[in-house]
Amino acid sequence: MKKNLFPFIAFMGLAALMGLALLKGGNDPAASTSALIGKPAPVFSFQGFSDHDLRAGKTSVVNFFASWCTPCAAEQPVLQEIAALEGVVVYGIAYKDKAEATKAWLEKEGNPFKAVGHDARGLTAIDWGVYGVPETFVVSGGGIVLHRHVGPLTKEIFEKDFLPLLEKKK
Amino acid sequence: MRKWFFILVFLLLPLSAQAVHPDEILKDSGLESRARVISRQLRCLVCQGEDIDESAAPLAGDLRRVVRQRLKAGDTDAEVLKFVQERYGDFVLMNPPVRPGTYILWFLPAVVLLGGVALVLRRADFRKS
Repeated sequence: MKKNLFPFIAFMGLAALMGLALLKGGNDPAASTSALIGKPAPVFSFQGFSDHDLRAGKTSVVNFFASWCTPCAAEQPVLQEIAALEGVVVYGIAYKDKAEATKAWLEKEGNPFKAVGHDARGLTAIDWGVYGVPETFVVSGGGIVLHRHVGPLTKEIFEKDFLPLLEKKK
Repeated sequence: MRKWFFILVFLLLPLSAQAVHPDEILKDSGLESRARVISRQLRCLVCQGEDIDESAAPLAGDLRRVVRQRLKAGDTDAEVLKFVQERYGDFVLMNPPVRPGTYILWFLPAVVLLGGVALVLRRADFRKS
């Protein structure tokens, strides 16, 4: 009788492990982590905005967006709130977007960006390991990538994940 | 007869469907076949069950072009994989790398199998005696 208990215990142990992983887990194994974290921001150069700006001493937030991306409009108020913080600069990189479309969209939705790069072919996005828009990175004043967020920003995410990083360097 | 011919053609047609665009294909067939092999080892991050060779997602297409561009620039296969891995992390590799953090993933099935075999053998032995 005692011996027969082993498979049962083994099964329950396994089930508990799997159940825990299921409950705790984000459903996406790669979301909101990045191979870039702790590493220097990739080299890029747009008209009026390059990786040098990210190494200029101020903490920066880099947001990949597009005028054709609906969730991007939804997160604009949060980006504006970040841009209003002291000692933080917000930059935008327009992903596979037409320059005129980006411009019109920013006029309509509001423009939190100090400068905007036009990544027409999405190649800079690949250097950043971007899956799609919107995605947002926090970069230290020395140009080191500190954090990545996949998907639209919300007030909760801003307060929980971004604010601690942004206030540290104030 | 003709009917059967058309049925056969239409049945075989899907086999020729592929995600790789004709304009992506490299002129150098040696490089192209290396690109295909590499593409099969890279995950499409948008549709995560697929590799980038079979995925029709725009990001997969971009990555296929990046792979070919690196090959044309003279990278080895390993260098191309590393290039993508440095940007997208281990998850982009269809085969996770073998290192201490992934030992459980790689070796647990073998351990469980051997354990099972041992258990069965012991049982058989037990019954005999």
